[in-house]
Amino acid sequence: MRRNQVAVVGAAETTKLGVIPDMSQLQLHADAALNAMADAGLKLSDIDGFATAVETPQQVCHYLGITPTWVDGTSVGGCSFMLHVRHAAAAIEAGLCKTVLITHAESGKPMIGKPPRSIAADSLQGQFEAPFGVFGPPSMFPIPVLRYMKTYGITHEQLAMVAVVQREWAAKNPRAMMKEPITVDDVLNSRMIAYPFRLLQCCLVTDGGGALILTSADRAKDFPQKPVYILGTGESVETPMVSQMETFTSSRAFKVAGPLAFKEAGITHSDVDHLMIYDAFAHLPLFGLGDLGFMPHAETGPFIAAGHTRPGGRLPLNTNGGGLSYMHSGMYGMYALQESVRQMRGIAPAQVPNAKISVCHGVGGMFAASGTIIFTNEK
Amino acid sequence: MAEAARARPKPTPETQHFWDGTQAGELRLQRCDSCAHVYFPPRPFCPSCASRKVSVFKASGKGTLYSYVINHRPAAPGFTPPYAIAVVALDEGPRMMSNITGCPQTPEALELDMKLEVTFEKLDDQITLPLFRPAKG
Repeated sequence: MRRNQVAVVGAAETTKLGVIPDMSQLQLHADAALNAMADAGLKLSDIDGFATAVETPQQVCHYLGITPTWVDGTSVGGCSFMLHVRHAAAAIEAGLCKTVLITHAESGKPMIGKPPRSIAADSLQGQFEAPFGVFGPPSMFPIPVLRYMKTYGITHEQLAMVAVVQREWAAKNPRAMMKEPITVDDVLNSRMIAYPFRLLQCCLVTDGGGALILTSADRAKDFPQKPVYILGTGESVETPMVSQMETFTSSRAFKVAGPLAFKEAGITHSDVDHLMIYDAFAHLPLFGLGDLGFMPHAETGPFIAAGHTRPGGRLPLNTNGGGLSYMHSGMYGMYALQESVRQMRGIAPAQVPNAKISVCHGVGGMFAASGTIIFTNEK
Repeated sequence: MAEAARARPKPTPETQHFWDGTQAGELRLQRCDSCAHVYFPPRPFCPSCASRKVSVFKASGKGTLYSYVINHRPAAPGFTPPYAIAVVALDEGPRMMSNITGCPQTPEALELDMKLEVTFEKLDDQITLPLFRPAKG
């Protein structure tokens, strides 16, 4: 795709984030969508392209009252929205539609109107993983961690620092769920969930949603908000079974999606002012820094422990507080995208001064999928 | 064991030979007749070269501990926490998820790269699971 041909012109999260017992999952989609349309100054009839995950496009389009000419129901886990942005940019460039709405919402905690996730006994996961006691992401996502630590010499303290630093960012965000400062000792003494990970190294479970509106760059200047351009994109999938990853010392999906986006954007790592790496669990920022090529994997733990990603550090990372401290409704990718857009608009609560390029990297499933979007506020 | 039952695998036409194997006390893998690639989970073609000429063979049952978590909460039905969920690197190449029996479920007892051997646990008349234990000697 060509650079800077498509822009984000509307972006918003749900009115409330956190615990929302008075709204179904479908209504959370609508709440986010209506907020994003207000942000962009658009009417329902202006939307001709639509994408969402988990819920079907027909479900949300009918509820909202949208008649699209292009839809995308790609549902590959929490990075689905990165893939939607990539697909929407291609669709707009190809002339299939003009204005795309992407929504995410999840009633993560009360699960109102949310179908339960289940694994069929005759699926490959049901036959070759479920019988061995995996039960939800905390029992699966950290399975590669011990191998990663041994291979690269990463320590428990370095992995605890991921949570400590992100809490520092969260403290600057009024909408963050967890804002109290924590120490490495707090992390290493929190309740054991799945060794080697403890409670504070696992993401929150919250409710909320978000929506984005994209259109062509030449139309973007007529919208009320500062346009945020799509500079580069990448995507890939690997396997729905964490046990079948090619290696536990890297994510193949990350290594495909990330470099694709950098190549398309035509930038180097030193050009990056702001970085989001989807952190469902504390090891993901390390995998991301390594697989996106910011540094060798062995340096990722020491880099974070040295404070380079904290407020005032040279590579601001997960500036909303991330899935560990900001919010995580089950599919966090939308919130990472929202924070990148806020940073590029210059309106983030923990704004990185003069940030011009933001890299937003997502994961789906347990390293099953990946999507990377690189934004810029300069055309 | 807790009272609720462990998730029970349901074989498909493509995986039946694997589950027949565990019932017979064999860990069965597949090898491509064209490129010699050994792979898992089962499928009737080679995921490396796409050849449909593949053979089932009895694996050695030997491997090493590639990685694991010790799950505390939430525990899966049929499991009493803490219990290790392991990924075993088989000597033939593929990796598979399993549990480690015959040793404490602790970081001290579960050393990465320790040698393991397969053991079989009968779930019911149709299904026997391949588990692993520290190799003897």
